[in-house]
Amino acid sequence: MIQVENVSKDFTLHNQNSVVIPVMENANMTVMPGECVGLTGSSGAGKSTLMRMIYGNYLTRSGRIMVGDLDVVTALPREILDLRRDTLGYVSQFLRVVPRVPTLDVVCEPMLAVGMTQDAAHARARELLTRLRIPERLWSLSPLTFSGGEQQRVNIARGFAHEYPAMLLDEPTASLDVANRETVLSLIGQAKARGAAIIGIFHDEAARAQVCDREIDVSAFARKAV
Amino acid sequence: MSSDYNFAYLDEQTKRMIRRALLKGVAIPGYQVPFASREMPMPYGWGTGGVQVTAACLLPEDTLKVIDQGADDTTNAVSIRKFFEKTASVSVTEETTEATVIQTRHRIPETPLTEGQILVYQVPIPEPLRFLEPRETETRKMHALEEYGLMHVKLYEDIARHGHIATAYAYPVKVEGRYVMDPSPIPKFDNPKMEMAGLQLFGAGREQRIYAVPPYTRVVSLDFEDHPFERGGAQQPCGLCAATDAYLDEVIMDDIGTRMFVCSDTDYCRERRDAGHVGEMGVPKAEDAA
Amino acid sequence: MTPLLQVSGISKYYGTRLGCRDVGFDLYPGEVLGIVGESGSGKSTLLNCLAGHQEPDTGKVVFDTRADGPKDTVTMSEPERRMLSRTDWAFVHQNPRDGLRMGVSAGGNVGERLMAVGARHYGNIRATAIDWLDKVEISQDRTDDRPSQFSGGMQQRLQIARNLVTGPRLIFMDEPTGGLDVSVQARLLDLLRGLVRELGLSAIVVTHDLAVVRLLADRLMVMKDGQVIETGLTDQVLDDPQHGYTQLLVSSVLQV
Repeated sequence: MIQVENVSKDFTLHNQNSVVIPVMENANMTVMPGECVGLTGSSGAGKSTLMRMIYGNYLTRSGRIMVGDLDVVTALPREILDLRRDTLGYVSQFLRVVPRVPTLDVVCEPMLAVGMTQDAAHARARELLTRLRIPERLWSLSPLTFSGGEQQRVNIARGFAHEYPAMLLDEPTASLDVANRETVLSLIGQAKARGAAIIGIFHDEAARAQVCDREIDVSAFARKAV
Repeated sequence: MSSDYNFAYLDEQTKRMIRRALLKGVAIPGYQVPFASREMPMPYGWGTGGVQVTAACLLPEDTLKVIDQGADDTTNAVSIRKFFEKTASVSVTEETTEATVIQTRHRIPETPLTEGQILVYQVPIPEPLRFLEPRETETRKMHALEEYGLMHVKLYEDIARHGHIATAYAYPVKVEGRYVMDPSPIPKFDNPKMEMAGLQLFGAGREQRIYAVPPYTRVVSLDFEDHPFERGGAQQPCGLCAATDAYLDEVIMDDIGTRMFVCSDTDYCRERRDAGHVGEMGVPKAEDAA
Repeated sequence: MTPLLQVSGISKYYGTRLGCRDVGFDLYPGEVLGIVGESGSGKSTLLNCLAGHQEPDTGKVVFDTRADGPKDTVTMSEPERRMLSRTDWAFVHQNPRDGLRMGVSAGGNVGERLMAVGARHYGNIRATAIDWLDKVEISQDRTDDRPSQFSGGMQQRLQIARNLVTGPRLIFMDEPTGGLDVSVQARLLDLLRGLVRELGLSAIVVTHDLAVVRLLADRLMVMKDGQVIETGLTDQVLDDPQHGYTQLLVSSVLQV
């Protein structure tokens, strides 16, 4: 479902004497439907970077990244937009929303984008928010005023609203208490059960152990400094 | 009386220029034709456009009638009639049926015109869209491209503000299904009369435009499907001649506000009274009750 | 799928001074393209050339018209282009006064485009106008008020309603939130996003505000000195900028 082949990446900072920061080379990995693969490696090793490259958020210097039938590296922007809408979900570490939009609408958005009716989207959004223990009185408020943990849970709700065949999760359990962490892990488990291919970054070893079928250490792809 | 003036005051070349403009106007009903308006011995705003058109049309054998708000005897009507008597030596009349050329300010005679008669209107602002769109460059494009949505916006605003189309005079019309035209400040009561057997010519001296409506041309007042055009009219008959189908003027009689309503068209009223009709406040066959 | 708009080789010079040079891109239905750049980058020139407000010196702007398929709007006759701007296209000006009739009521402003394409039933026109005012969150009791009595944000929303009433497929926006209070900006952006999604609109948004473009645009073109120096997915260009100027631009944004 997700296939990374001989991928390499570096950053060139033009405004700082054009210094080149090497990140990775010859990265290879495959994730099958129903699998959850955990990315490990020390901070700065390139876990988030690789995830962003798969999402098309970062450009890939060389190689192929297949998500289903599409090579993200050479795809047209609108093909990637379609992919993100229907196929590939991404839950980042930070909640990025338009200010003043109510939480319920934030969670509904990906569902409306794939053509679900307002009613169906609202119902599912309510279900997820309840499960993630966001009190009903907060649903009409903008999540930007919430605590870090609450924002993270809204982020998760939005990320799991539509049933993506492939998902990228960057620290989904960070800043969550035990109860909510378990909820998130069970959401991941359900996604696996319906056949989603998942790549996750988990700082928490216990969480990683619970949901990941395999682990890949990205430091293996580290590029030797030029 | 012989005169030091060329016939009808204007020189022959000017008359030819105006006639060319008139022919263009007749060929394209409702389209505003620019013309080189001349200095006339009356200021702008006093009918110079109408006078120039009349001057270009007059022949020595014509009979001229001049009315102002329907009356032959107001200062302006009298002045203009005397002007043409002096410079063209044409016969003049107050009877609509006797005239061959009628110059009018702000009214159409009640008696229907016949083929061969010419009605010349005095026009202050020829552009119907002017108050909504001040740019001449834009209004010319709108006419050229038949973009008349804005005209209906004005009527929409009337209904929104007053509950009905409040425009009472200079009510915009569509001519022969193509050009939107300002009929000059005639009351909307007169709009239906614009479909007539006579030739209608419009002159705006200050704005330098001429336009025309040939005989038997379709002239439709703009409206909405659910707010159709209503010509309105008086609630009572003329006090002098009891006419029920004429446009009436309101005349205040005394200091306590006693009013009477009389025909605006003085010739029409006189004709009816001569025929024996008497209104509430009239005296049988009286010379002049006003 | 046919692109809704195919732009190629658009250049515009003001005498010897460069407005924009050799700009080209495709835009598909439902896509929002952001054009960013600082003052003098050529973005407004480009927008005006695309929307038919100015004539480019070279290039084509091929629009997929409903009746005749793809047609070059640069070489189109003026009546055709004017008709297009009243029906299939919309233009939201930075200053709402440029895009509204200040002397006409809100309802009249929204109804004008309907009347311009032949609507002749007052009741229906008014009902449609009120419906659209509601969509842009202007309350019904303001229908007969003039825009001169509205706040800046309301004027901008009225401008949007006025443009969208004839169901255009492509909307050009020139700094749509420029000059608005920050609190008002947010609601307007969300309104625009909602309408774009609900109506399947395509949009080209010119702005210098990177935050606005991140929230509104799917794709991004960065302009400098009249040329497009970088293009791609919005989040990619902003998160992984390749060109030195883009990197400078992104790193210069103030954080709240």
